[in-house]
Amino acid sequence: MKYSYYPGCTLKNKAKALDVYARASAKALGFELEEIKDWQCCGGVYPLGSDEIATKLSSVRALNDAKEKQQDLVTLCSACHHVIKRVNDDMKNVEDIRTRANNYMKLDEPYAGETTVLHFLEVLRDRVGFDTVKEKVKNPLTGKKIGAYYGCLLLRPGKILEFDNPENPKIMEDFIRALGAEPVIYPYRNECCGGYISLKEKEMSGNMCGNIMESAKGFGADLLITACPLCLYNLNASTQDGLPVYYFTELLAEALGVKEEVAQV
Amino acid sequence: MQRIGVFVCHCGSNIAATVDVKKVAEMALLEPGVVHAEDYQYMCSEAGQEKIIEAIREKNLTGVVVCSCSPRMHETTFRKAAEKAGLNPYMVEIANIREHCSWIHKDMEEATKKAVILTRAAIAKVNLNTPLKPGESRVTKRALVIGGGIAGIQTALDIADAGYEVDIVEREPSIGGRMSQLDKTFPTLDCSACILTPKMVEASAHEKINIYTYSEVEKVSGFVGDFTVDIRKKARYVDMDKCTGCGVCQEKCPSKKAPSEFNRGLNTRSAIYTPFAQAIPNVPVIDTDSCIKFKTGKCGVCSKVCQAGAIDYTQKDEIVSQKYGAIVVATGFDTIKLDNYDEYAYSQSKDVITSLELERIMNAAGPTKGHLERFSDGKAPKEMVFIQCVGSRCADDRGKPYCSKICCMYTAKHAMLIRDKYPDVNVTVFYIDVRTPGKNFDEFYRRAVEQYGVNYIKGQVGKVIPQPNGKLLVQGSDLLDNRQILKEADMVVLATAIEPNEGVRKIATMLTASIDTNNFLTEAHAKLRPVESPTAGIFLSGVCQGPKDIPETVAQAGAAAVKAIGLLAKDKLLTNPCTAQSDELLCNGCSTCANVCPYGAISYEDKEVNDHGIRETRRIAVVNSALCQGCGACTVTCPSGAMDLQGFSNRQILAEVDAICR
Repeated sequence: MKYSYYPGCTLKNKAKALDVYARASAKALGFELEEIKDWQCCGGVYPLGSDEIATKLSSVRALNDAKEKQQDLVTLCSACHHVIKRVNDDMKNVEDIRTRANNYMKLDEPYAGETTVLHFLEVLRDRVGFDTVKEKVKNPLTGKKIGAYYGCLLLRPGKILEFDNPENPKIMEDFIRALGAEPVIYPYRNECCGGYISLKEKEMSGNMCGNIMESAKGFGADLLITACPLCLYNLNASTQDGLPVYYFTELLAEALGVKEEVAQV
Repeated sequence: MQRIGVFVCHCGSNIAATVDVKKVAEMALLEPGVVHAEDYQYMCSEAGQEKIIEAIREKNLTGVVVCSCSPRMHETTFRKAAEKAGLNPYMVEIANIREHCSWIHKDMEEATKKAVILTRAAIAKVNLNTPLKPGESRVTKRALVIGGGIAGIQTALDIADAGYEVDIVEREPSIGGRMSQLDKTFPTLDCSACILTPKMVEASAHEKINIYTYSEVEKVSGFVGDFTVDIRKKARYVDMDKCTGCGVCQEKCPSKKAPSEFNRGLNTRSAIYTPFAQAIPNVPVIDTDSCIKFKTGKCGVCSKVCQAGAIDYTQKDEIVSQKYGAIVVATGFDTIKLDNYDEYAYSQSKDVITSLELERIMNAAGPTKGHLERFSDGKAPKEMVFIQCVGSRCADDRGKPYCSKICCMYTAKHAMLIRDKYPDVNVTVFYIDVRTPGKNFDEFYRRAVEQYGVNYIKGQVGKVIPQPNGKLLVQGSDLLDNRQILKEADMVVLATAIEPNEGVRKIATMLTASIDTNNFLTEAHAKLRPVESPTAGIFLSGVCQGPKDIPETVAQAGAAAVKAIGLLAKDKLLTNPCTAQSDELLCNGCSTCANVCPYGAISYEDKEVNDHGIRETRRIAVVNSALCQGCGACTVTCPSGAMDLQGFSNRQILAEVDAICR
């Protein structure tokens, strides 16, 4: 199975681990991620202005590229996923945005939200199946108590992202179980880390991350996993003696026994 | 040729402000058959009706068109007036120039034009009207009440006291309903069981009331005055006649792990059980899902210990078929499921409970014998937080759009009772609005605040956060103080929205009673006929019609009973003469009409016909006019045009269409 793949800028520098372990794991699990040619930055933040079209075009280009190849579009970074999925929803359901974006794009055939956008975790859950993942695990992470940190971008707005129940998600917990580890459920797992506010008000983001860390620790987690480079940065930067935070793909590669194949990042 | 009179009503300014009524009358005079036309301020008034009567007599009218409000409002009024003047009432037609015209238009010229067209159509129809005579049907002097909660019990008692037989059908093993689960009732704080059980006993002892518990309505046929209902009496596996209600079987039953429905799953019950101590009838049922005998074939302890020999594992469901003149729906409510509200951590913490669960906890016969304690560790709470409007007044589709009406009052009651019994417990209530209209209701709420020191905070709660130390952190907002609140609590109580009981949609379908998008049964008129369903002979009692508290429920139950009694008191009912008829020369017996008839009113017989000199026996559709409700489904389905509806014949309707298109 071949998917179009949109890595995003961060995955090419700061968050290389998220990317390379995903590619190695995909190979081990029998599917291929075909990187979209000449992809551009998603912008990092979904533009809420209803008259804001130009900042949505990079997503539309990626979406249309996948459409032309008749492939589903896979993302990894929470922020990219959030932006692309929401723009896709706009292209499908908001006539004004669709018309104006297509006016810019001048495509042979207008793009109207035809592409299916999948987060890598959704590929594991809905296409590969966590049962298959479990079968392919060579080094089960037995005994590890892992807290899933979802953040907000993957879950909300729930009706558009359609990722999981935003108030009580379980996809990452199921993922952790598939790797042979024990998921730790803690109430702050779907709370915001502060996002970009850490640039302006470090203290506020610090408090938010502090709550997340304390809660996860309190319920007995040894480490956290996330899909978001910014969450990982904030959690690491704003808490002292917090739990170690990993990208979920790194643990996946480790469990699948392909971590060593990947050059140290 | 008919001699038609047209009467245009002003309806004060309701019609006259938008429609030029004089012009409508003038234009009507130009129509064929019209010999008289006039307008008047209020046609429905005594004087207005008199004008119609006078005109019929003086001008020898054979048909009447009244241009006024919807026929649902005053068709009967005008038909009665015409009858007084000696005219067949079915020669009167209404042109609805209010709801269909003046109320929805602003432009006078346009509206007048439309009113003229609507009038023209009605005149065209009356030109083809023929006098109709209603038939008669008998009334079975027996009522069925579906649901044995306080609404059903009260309705049954009131009907029975008037001298009519009543059957109550209750799904659960005992009557009593939701009220039997409550601890205290607002605003008087009297014990719910103490005021309910005498009613239950009265109903059970009443010589005119027959109670089918652990039973469900399976099938309904017939029509007002003459319903036939199949009731499924589910197998109890206990002989009702032999059981003495000693309770030994429940004590000795080795399977005690089934969640107690009555205690909302907060504790367990035995496989053979009565839901609560004062159950009526005091005869247990066996829950076959948890009974060891039914699961493995071994056990039979209850049978061995039963002195009366009442246990019968071979019992089967039984279908009872009974005739009724009237049916009252009193199916009540349940609290909504909280799957869409995971932010309140109900599924994650045992110390987050619903208000109905708190009722059971506070009750001396409940899972904690009336002691307020946390289900996680059994400790007494010191801080309690109540969250109101959980699922009520919800703007999106997560919850219900309506106000559940009872929550403000029961939350004030809970807060007050806790402060009274445990003065060291702090109680905080988060609310959107406090709604306490009702006799002595606001006084009650103020007492909770002023006398009992309950801390009310205007604002919603965003999240309940279980803490590693076992406490709950409640994150909310104080809108009056404009600040965020983080409050540590030992227990959180959710005032969960109420919704009609599961299965009400199925019952409504069986009764052809209409139901709204929230599954509440619709009343015939929101203001003027609040306890009747639009379907004749079906009456509504209690929360199945809309959220209400106990006093309102009891009042409505009585009102529904009065309406049912009014029906049962009649020996005969006039039937609607607007029923379908089959033209035997056109009918080819294809069965298409019978397949679409929702009332089973069409059958077939072999009949000898004389078709232009050819005598032969043909299969012909025959309509039972007692069953036919005049819906018209068969007339539009019939491929050969043999089916026609009296009073709404194909010719009449096409004449109306022609008149509109002219």
